[in-house]
Amino acid sequence: MSVVDTPSSPIITLSDLDYRWGADLPSTLTFDQLTVAAQERLFIKGPSGCGKSTLLGLLTGIISPQRGKVEILGHDLAAMKQSERDRFRADHIGYIFQQFNLLPYLSVIDNVLLPCHFSATRKQKVAGDLQQQAKHLLERLHLPSSLLHSPVTDLSIGQQQRVAAARALIGHPELLIADEPTSALDHDNRAAFIELLMEEAQQANTTLVFVSHDPTLEPFFDRSIDLTCLNKALETNQ
Amino acid sequence: MSAILHLAWKSLTNRKMTAILTILTVAISVVLLMGVERIRTQAKASFANTISGTDLIVGSRSGQVNLLLYSVFRIGNATNNIDWKSFEEFSQHRSVKWAIPMSLGDSHQGFRVLGTNQDYFSHFQYGRKQHLSFTAGRPFEHLFEAVIGADVAKELGYVIDQDIIIAHGISDKAFNRHDNLPFKVVGIFAPTGTPVDKTVHVSLAAIEAIHVGWESGARMGNTPSAKQLEHVEFHPKQITSFMLGLKSKIQTFSLQRQINTYNKEPLSAILPGIALHELWGMMSVAEQALLAVSGFVVIAGLLGMLSSLLTSLQERRREMAILRAMGARPKHIFFLLISEASGLTLAGITLGVGILYLLLAIIAPIAAKWYGISLELTAISQHEWMLLGLVQIAGIIIGFIPAFRAYRQSLADGMTIRI
Repeated sequence: MSVVDTPSSPIITLSDLDYRWGADLPSTLTFDQLTVAAQERLFIKGPSGCGKSTLLGLLTGIISPQRGKVEILGHDLAAMKQSERDRFRADHIGYIFQQFNLLPYLSVIDNVLLPCHFSATRKQKVAGDLQQQAKHLLERLHLPSSLLHSPVTDLSIGQQQRVAAARALIGHPELLIADEPTSALDHDNRAAFIELLMEEAQQANTTLVFVSHDPTLEPFFDRSIDLTCLNKALETNQ
Repeated sequence: MSAILHLAWKSLTNRKMTAILTILTVAISVVLLMGVERIRTQAKASFANTISGTDLIVGSRSGQVNLLLYSVFRIGNATNNIDWKSFEEFSQHRSVKWAIPMSLGDSHQGFRVLGTNQDYFSHFQYGRKQHLSFTAGRPFEHLFEAVIGADVAKELGYVIDQDIIIAHGISDKAFNRHDNLPFKVVGIFAPTGTPVDKTVHVSLAAIEAIHVGWESGARMGNTPSAKQLEHVEFHPKQITSFMLGLKSKIQTFSLQRQINTYNKEPLSAILPGIALHELWGMMSVAEQALLAVSGFVVIAGLLGMLSSLLTSLQERRREMAILRAMGARPKHIFFLLISEASGLTLAGITLGVGILYLLLAIIAPIAAKWYGISLELTAISQHEWMLLGLVQIAGIIIGFIPAFRAYRQSLADGMTIRI
C-alpha cells in the first residue's frame, strides 16, 4: 500500500473499490483507497495488464464500479448516470491519449477547440476569443505558428501530442489525465513534453494524473504510485 | 447539435471519395425512380391524348376495348364491317356535328392503311384538341393519292410524290399486293405521338377501287387499270367504324343508346374516354411492376450507402473514442451517424433531381421532334415529392443501423482506442 494522505483537500478520492468486466468474472481492479490532492502531480506506474485502463475508465467516468466510491471534485461518479458522467467528463477533465490524439479532418485550431463544443462550462471559462485562446495555448506549448493551418496529419508525433495537450488544457479543466502520452516520443522530446505539460498544468491550476509504464519518468512528479502494489485483484488472481 | 453537424460535414469531406460515390449511387437510383415515374405519368397522359374531341366511336357489335383497339390504335381487326347506310343515317342525325368514316383492313409494309374522307383532316383531334397538321404536302384529293404519318415517312424514307403499293390484308406478300394500282404520296403529317404516325391514309373511294376484282378476298381474273378506274364513281358499301362529334355532350348517352339498339344492324357505340380508362386499367400491372423495379433500385442504392457507412465505422473507432474522451455522449455519436446518412441521402436526392431535369431538358426536344412525345419540364408533382420524401425517410431509417452500431461500439470501447 502506497497510499499517502496529502495535507491539502483531495480532488480525487477512490475508496473501497471493486471493478469487474462481468458479474461472474474475477475482479480486474480492487483497492481500499486512493486520494489525489488538488494541483498535485501524480505519477501512476504500471505495466500493461495491471488494471491501468480500468483505472482510467473509472476516473473518467466511462465505466462505473460495482462497489465503492469514485469521488471527483466532491461528486460521486459511481452514483451518477452514464450521461451525467459524460457531462462531468466534458466539463472537468482534460484527456491525452497515448497517440493519434487528433481528428484528421479538423484543423489544428478546431482540434484544440473540440472540448468547447461538448461543454458550455469550458467554453465559458475561455477568456476572450476561442480561436485566440487556442493559438495562445499552442504558442505556449511551442508549436510553430506556421503549422496552425497545415493538416494535422503533417505534424510530427511530438507536435501532435502538444496539440493534444493544448486541447486537454483549454477551458481550464480541474483535472488533466494523460495516458502514456510520451510513449511514442524519443528521449529528448519526452522530457521536453513533460516539462511543458507540468508548466501549463501549474499555470492553469490543474491537477495532473499521468499514467505510464516507464519508471524513468518518475522523478518529474510530486508523487508516484505503483499500480501493481495498489491493485489487490492482481494478488488474488495469482 | 450544430457542432455535431459541423463534425459530420468535416468527417464526410475527409472521406470525400466514398461520400461522392455514395451520393452518386443514391442520385442514380433517384433518377431511375423519378424517370420511371415521369415516363409512367407521361405515357398515361399521351395514351389519353391518342384521341380527343370525339364523343362516340361506332363499330360492329363488340366489346369496347376491342373497338377502341382497332379503330383508334389500329391494333387487331374489326369483328365485322358495318353498312354504309348505317353511317349515313347516324352522320345525319340531328345531334351529330361531324362524322369520320373509317375503313381498315389493308396495309403497307407493316403500316395499316386507313380509308377515310376529307372530314378526317378537318375534324380528327388528338392531344389537347389539336388538329392534324402537315410537315409537307396536302390532303388527298384524287383517287390514288395517299397521306402518310410521320413514322411511315421516317422509317420508309418516303417523300412527296413517292409511289407506294398497298397490300391486301395485314401481311404484305407479293401475291396479295394491289401492285397494278400504285398510290402517290401527296402529304405527310407532322408527328403526333399517336397511331396516326403509323398510318397510311387514302380515300374511301380508293379502298373500293383497289378491291374491284378482289371481292372474294383474293385477286380473281382481270383487275381494271388505274386509267379505267379514274372515270368510275365509287361509293363505299361498307366501312369498319366511324367517329362522331356531337353538337352537345348532353346528347352522348341518348345517341349511344340509340346506336346500341339500332335494329337494322348490330352496332356498338363507345365513349373513347371510358374505353381508354378500361384499357389503361388492364395495363396497370405493368405499370406497377415498373414502379416496383425502380423502388428496388432505390433500395439497392440505400444499401450501398449502408455498406459504405458500416465499413467506415471500423476505421472510425479512434474518432469515436476521441469524441467520447472530449465528453461526447453516445447519443452524440448516434446523431453524428444519423446526420451523415441523412445528409448523404439528401445530397443524393438533390443531385438525382438535378440530373433528371438535365436529362429531360436534353431529351425533350429530341422526343418532340422525332416521336411527337411531349416531355414537359413540369415542376415536381405532389406524388413525386411524396416519393422523394419516402426515399429521404428510408435513408434516415437506414442510418439507424450504423448509428446504433457506433453507439454500442462507443459504449463498449469507451476511450480505449481499438484499431
